[in-house]
Amino acid sequence: MATVPVSELQIIERFGPHVSQSAGARLSPSAEPDRLVQTHCCFCGQQCGIQLKVRNNEVIGFEPWEDFPFNRGMLCPKGVKRYLQGSHPDRLLTAFRRDPAERCGFAPMPYADAIARAASEIARLQVAHGHACIGVLGGASLTTEKTYLLGKFARVCLKTPFIDYNGRLCMVSAGAANRRAFGIDRTTNPWSDMVGTEVIWVAGSNVAECSPITTNYIWQAREHGARVIVQDPRITPLARTCDLFLPVKPGRDAALFAGVLNLMIEHDWIDRDFIAQQTNGFDDVAAYCRQWTPARTADVTGVPERSIRQAAELWGTAKSSFLFHARGIEHHSNGVENALGTINLVLASGRIGKLKSGYGTIVGQGNGQGGREHGQKCDQLPGMRDISNPEHRRYIAGVWGIDESELPGPGVDAYEMFRKIDAGEIKGLIAICFNPKVSLPDSTFIARALDKLEFFAAIDFFLSETARHADIVLPGSLHEEDEGVVAQVEGRVIKINKAVDCPGEARQDWRIIEDIAAALERPHGFTFDSPRAIFEELRRASKGGLADYSGITYEKVEQRLGVFWPCYSEDPKTGAPIDHPGTPRLFERGSYNPIAKGAGPFYFSDGRARFNVAEYRPPVDDASDDYPIFLTTGRVISQFLSGTQTRRIAPLVDQYPEPRLEIHPRLAEKLGIGDRDWTTVETRRGAITLRAMVVTTIRPDTVFIPYHWPGAKSVNRLTVAAQDPISKIPQYKVCGCRIARAAAPPEYASRLEPQQ
Amino acid sequence: MAKPDHLRFFVDPSRCIGCQSCVQACTECDTHRGTSMIHLEFVDRAHSVQTVPVICMHCDQPTCAEVCPADAIKRTGDGVVQSALQPRCIACGNCVVACPFGVPELYEPQQLMMKCDMCYDRTSAGKKPMCATVCPSQALFFGTEEQIEQLRPQSLASNRFQFGNQTITTQVFIMTPRALAVATPLVDVTAAMAITPPSRPLSLKMAMPTAESVDPFENVEV
Repeated sequence: MATVPVSELQIIERFGPHVSQSAGARLSPSAEPDRLVQTHCCFCGQQCGIQLKVRNNEVIGFEPWEDFPFNRGMLCPKGVKRYLQGSHPDRLLTAFRRDPAERCGFAPMPYADAIARAASEIARLQVAHGHACIGVLGGASLTTEKTYLLGKFARVCLKTPFIDYNGRLCMVSAGAANRRAFGIDRTTNPWSDMVGTEVIWVAGSNVAECSPITTNYIWQAREHGARVIVQDPRITPLARTCDLFLPVKPGRDAALFAGVLNLMIEHDWIDRDFIAQQTNGFDDVAAYCRQWTPARTADVTGVPERSIRQAAELWGTAKSSFLFHARGIEHHSNGVENALGTINLVLASGRIGKLKSGYGTIVGQGNGQGGREHGQKCDQLPGMRDISNPEHRRYIAGVWGIDESELPGPGVDAYEMFRKIDAGEIKGLIAICFNPKVSLPDSTFIARALDKLEFFAAIDFFLSETARHADIVLPGSLHEEDEGVVAQVEGRVIKINKAVDCPGEARQDWRIIEDIAAALERPHGFTFDSPRAIFEELRRASKGGLADYSGITYEKVEQRLGVFWPCYSEDPKTGAPIDHPGTPRLFERGSYNPIAKGAGPFYFSDGRARFNVAEYRPPVDDASDDYPIFLTTGRVISQFLSGTQTRRIAPLVDQYPEPRLEIHPRLAEKLGIGDRDWTTVETRRGAITLRAMVVTTIRPDTVFIPYHWPGAKSVNRLTVAAQDPISKIPQYKVCGCRIARAAAPPEYASRLEPQQ
Repeated sequence: MAKPDHLRFFVDPSRCIGCQSCVQACTECDTHRGTSMIHLEFVDRAHSVQTVPVICMHCDQPTCAEVCPADAIKRTGDGVVQSALQPRCIACGNCVVACPFGVPELYEPQQLMMKCDMCYDRTSAGKKPMCATVCPSQALFFGTEEQIEQLRPQSLASNRFQFGNQTITTQVFIMTPRALAVATPLVDVTAAMAITPPSRPLSLKMAMPTAESVDPFENVEV
C-alpha cells in the first residue's frame, strides 16, 4: 500500500520542506570550528572543493578551499549555503512506517524493526511473484561506492534485473553518443585545456546557472582570444556576451548541426586527413547532411541563415576548439542524435585529443560521471561493462563469487520501471537518491504508479515528495556524513570526506543496504565494513573495463587532488604492475588503450572514431494548433534538481522562491499577460498556474519554467513522457503548450510556503 | 595589520552572472554573520540578464565621509573605507544618498550605515575577500596588478571615474574593454548614462560586423 497516507498539508506540517536559517553557532562570530574538513560540494557535477567548518559534530559554516585545482576557492551560492542542510528541523532521525492514524501520516519506529519489516515484505513478495517483482532506484548524487553496492545488491541479493537510476534523466544521451562515437564515455580534456583555444561552442547549456565555475574557464579562454558560440532558445548569462548567438527553436538541434556540417563540407573546412586516417562513417554523414541547405536549416531551426553561415565559418576555420553540450540538446526524444550531431562537427574538424582541442558533455549531478560507470544502470556492470556481454558477465560474476547464470540480464530504464509498476509487474520498490514524483515527466502518472506499489521502502534524509508514498522510510545519510569517491565533470576521481556522524538513528546508506541484505539472510557479498573496503572491490571489478579504476587508491586521489580514469594497476601494453598517473586527456595521437591495442587513439578495436548519421526528427507532441507555444524547462542557480535539499535552505529559497514562467513581451502582449500576472500553462498532460516574468531574453514562441518544485508548481506535470529510443532520456526540453492569463491566483498561493 | 598594498580589488561587471554567490558568501563572514554588506543589481531584467555586483569602491576621498554630519565614516591608512562607527552614526542616510556608486545602505535594525570594508578581517590577515574568493565567474577578482594583466589581456583596469564635475579615484578598479580604456583614460559615468544599453547579446569584440544590437528574435513569429 503506497498511497500518500494523509493530506499533503499534514505531511508538510511535520516533515517540511521547512527552511533552515543560520542560528546558534552558525551565526556566532566567535564560534571557532574544531576542525576544517576538506571535501566537495554535494550538488552539481563540478564538484567544487570546499572546506567545512565542524564544531561539536555540526557543520557550522565553510571556508573556501583555494588549493583545490578545479575551482580554487570559487563556489556558487548553493556551495556557499550547502552546510545549512545539516542540523535541519526536517531531518529524519528515526525510521518511520506509514500510519494513516497519525496526523502526519507516519509513525517513528526502531531502525532494526524497520529493516526487519522491509526484508520480510521483500521476501514475501519475491516468494509469491518471483525475484523480478522488486525494483531498485538509485541516483547520481551517491558516491561511486554506493552506486556500485546498489548495483550489486539488486543483482546478487535481490536477484532482480530491475535497477536503474536518476542519471536516466541526465547523462544517458551523452553517454550513448559517446560510446557510439568514441567507444568510451567521458569528457576528453581537463577544463584548464580550454584556455588558449580559438573557439568554444556551447550547445544547450546554461553554463552560468547550471555549472557556474565553468563560466570562469570559458571567459578566461575568451580573454585569451577564444570566440564563444552559444546555442540556446534563451539569452543566458553566458550568451549575453558571446560572439555568436544561435537562438535555436526547441527540439531542432540535430538539424542545426547537420546544416553547419553541410557548409563545412561545401567549403572544405574539414580535416580530410584526420577523417580518412582516424575515423569511419564520414561518407554516410556527408550524404545525410546534403539535404540540410542553409535555407532549409534556417527554416527548420529558426536560426537566421546568416548566423548558420557564421557558425560554420567560425567553427570550420578554427585551428583549435572545444565543444560542450548539456541537457539542452540531450533532453530530447532524439537526444542521442543531437549529441552525435555535435560529435560529427568535432570529428569533421579533427580537433580532438589535443592540448587545446576537445569535446565534453557537462554533467549535471555531483557524481553524474561516476554514477554512470559502475553498475546502477539497467544494462551495465561495473567498469562500464555490458550486462549482455558473456565475457563481462563471467568476469563480474567471478568478482562477486556467484555463478554467471545467477546474474540477471538487463533491466529497463527508470521510466519503464514505472510503467511496469503501473502494469503490476513490479510490486515492490526500494529507492534512494531519486525523487521521481517531482523529477520525471508527466508526473501525475508517476504518482499513480507509486500508489499501486504493494511495498515501497525509501531511503532518505528528508522525506521527499516521493518518500511520502513509502511504507517504510529508512533514515539515510547526508553527503557530509560519509566518505567515498565521485568522478566530476572532467572525469577526475575525487574524494568526499566525512565531516560529521549521522544524527539519531540515521545510518550511512551503504550500511542500510547491507542491513537489508543481512535481514534477508542473503549477506554474502554485503559485509563490507567501510567505503574503503567497497572501493577495493570496485577497483577489482572495474579492472579491464572501460572505466578502469584498478590503479586508483584513496591515497593517490588525496595526494594528487584527483585522478583521471582510466587509471590502470597494470600497464595495458605490457601487463607489468605500474604506478599509473591516470588519463587527464583522452584520444591523444599515438596513445595506447587496451581496446585498440595501439591501432589508434579511440576505444574501438580498429582505434578509429565513428561518425554516426545524426538524424533530425521533429519532437513528439511538438507545438501545434491546439498547443501552439513551445514549453521548455531547466534550472535556476539557487536550486538543485527536485529541490529536496535546496528547498530547505532559507537563503537559497529567498533568492528564487517559486517557479516563474519566462515569456517574451511580444507573446505576453498578444495574450494580455503582464509581468507578475498569474498565468496558466496547459499541455496535453495538465495545467499549472504560475506568475509570469516578462523578459526579452527568450524566444517569443517559447516559454521557460524551472523544474525544482513539486505538486501544483511542478512543470513536470506538463512535460511529455516521450523518450529517446536509444538512451531512454525523457524529452523535457520541448512540448507544445497553451497559455492564458489566470482569472484568480492558484489555490496553493494562500496555502503553501514558496518552497513547499 | 593592514591589507597588503600589492593586492588590489578588480571588478568586471561584464563577467557578472547574477548568481549572488558574493552576497551569500558575504553573510558568512565572521564579523557580520547573517548580514551581507554588499548587494547585486539587475540592470534591467526585462531586457537583459546583465547584473552588477555592488561592493564599496573605497574612494581616495570618500564622498560618504565628506557628507557625514557626525564624522562617523573613517578611512584606514591602507585606503579601506570602513562602515560607520556605531556610537557616532545617527542613521541620517546622507551617505546613502551621496555616494556616487550607490554603495552604502542603512540597516534599520541596527540604525547604522554598514557597507563593504573589503573583508578587512580577511584581507588584513593575508586572505582574499570572501566575495572575490567564491565568485564563480571572477567578476570580482582580488590579486596583484601583474596577475590581472596576465589574466585579462582584453581589458584594462581603471580607477578614475567622472561624475559630472566630480572626478573620483578609488582603491578598487573596474575592468573596461581595452580599446575603450585606451581612448578614454577614465570612466565617464554621467556620459554613459545617456547611452541606451543594447538589450541584446552584446558582443565586445565581434569581428564580423553583423550581430551587434540586432534582435536575435526579430524574425520569430508569435
